[in-house]
Amino acid sequence: MDSKYQNNDIKRKKPADHQMGFILSIILTLLPFVMVYGRLLPRTLNMAGICIAAIIQIMLQLHYFLGVGGKRKEDWNLVSILFTFLIMTIFIGGTLWVMYTLNYRMM
Amino acid sequence: MINANTLAIDSDHTESAHVENREIKAFGFWIYLMSDLILFSVLFATYAILGKNYAGGPTPKDLFSLPYAFIETMFLLFSNVSCSTALLAIESSHKKRALSWLVITFLLGLGFISMEVNEFYNMIIENNGPDRSGFLSSFFTLVGTHGFHVTTGLIWMGVMIGQVLVKGITGPVRSRLARLGMFWHFLDVVWVGVFTIVYLMGVL
Repeated sequence: MDSKYQNNDIKRKKPADHQMGFILSIILTLLPFVMVYGRLLPRTLNMAGICIAAIIQIMLQLHYFLGVGGKRKEDWNLVSILFTFLIMTIFIGGTLWVMYTLNYRMM
Repeated sequence: MINANTLAIDSDHTESAHVENREIKAFGFWIYLMSDLILFSVLFATYAILGKNYAGGPTPKDLFSLPYAFIETMFLLFSNVSCSTALLAIESSHKKRALSWLVITFLLGLGFISMEVNEFYNMIIENNGPDRSGFLSSFFTLVGTHGFHVTTGLIWMGVMIGQVLVKGITGPVRSRLARLGMFWHFLDVVWVGVFTIVYLMGVL
C-alpha cells in the first residue's frame, strides 16, 4: 500500500539531494557572514559578494528543497516562479527607481 | 471519514487519481507561496526605501549582532534539513522516525522564533521599537512578518504532529505534510533575503 505512493510520487526527492542542498547552503551562509564580520574585502566587493552568495543560495534551495527546475517536462512551478520574479523586479526596481530619483523629479 | 489509503488499494486508477489530486493541491499551495513572495518583495522594497531614515536613532550597526543573526540562521537552516528528513521518513512510512524528526524541526523552529522575539524585546525595552524611526518601522514590519509566518508554520506543525500520532500516516496526512514542507522551505528562502539585505548589508 505504501510503496504504491512512492512509485507514483514524481516529486519525491532523494536524501542525497537534501544533503547536497544543506551542505551548499551552510557554505553559502557561512561565507558572507565571515566576509562581512572579518571585513575581508573592500566594501563594494563585499556587497557584491554577499548578493551573489544570496542569489546562488536561493536558487539552490529552490532546486534542492522545493524541487523547482527538475526533470519534468511541464514544470508549472518553474513557470509561475519566473513570472513572480518578473512581478518582483517591476515592484522592487520600480520603487527604488522612483523613490531614489524623487528629488530630481520634483524639481 | 473516507480513508484515502483504503481507496487507493481498490485499483491503480483510484490511486493515481489520488496522487494527481495531491499534485494539484501542491500546485495550488505553490501559487499561494508565490503571492506571499510578492507580499515579501513589497516589504523588502519598503525596507530599501525607509531603511536609511534613522531619525537620529540607532543605525543597524548599533543594533545588530552578526554572530546572533548567524545562530538564528543556522536554527532555521537545520530545521529545514530535519523537515526534509521527516518528509522522507513519511514517504517510507516510518512513523516513529518521522515523528521524532518533526519534533526536532519544531524545536529548531521554536529556537529561531525565540531568538527573534528576544531580539525584538530587547530593542523595544531600549526604546528602539517600531515607532522610533522609519528604519525601525520597516525593519519590524519585514522581519516581524517573516516571524509571524514561522509562528504559523509552528502551529501547523504542532497540528500535524498530532495528526500523525492520532491518524497515523494516511494519504491526506502525507498530502498535508508535503505542503507544510513546502511552506517551511519557502520561509528559509525568504530568510536568505532577510539576513543578506537587513543584517549583512546593514552592518557592512
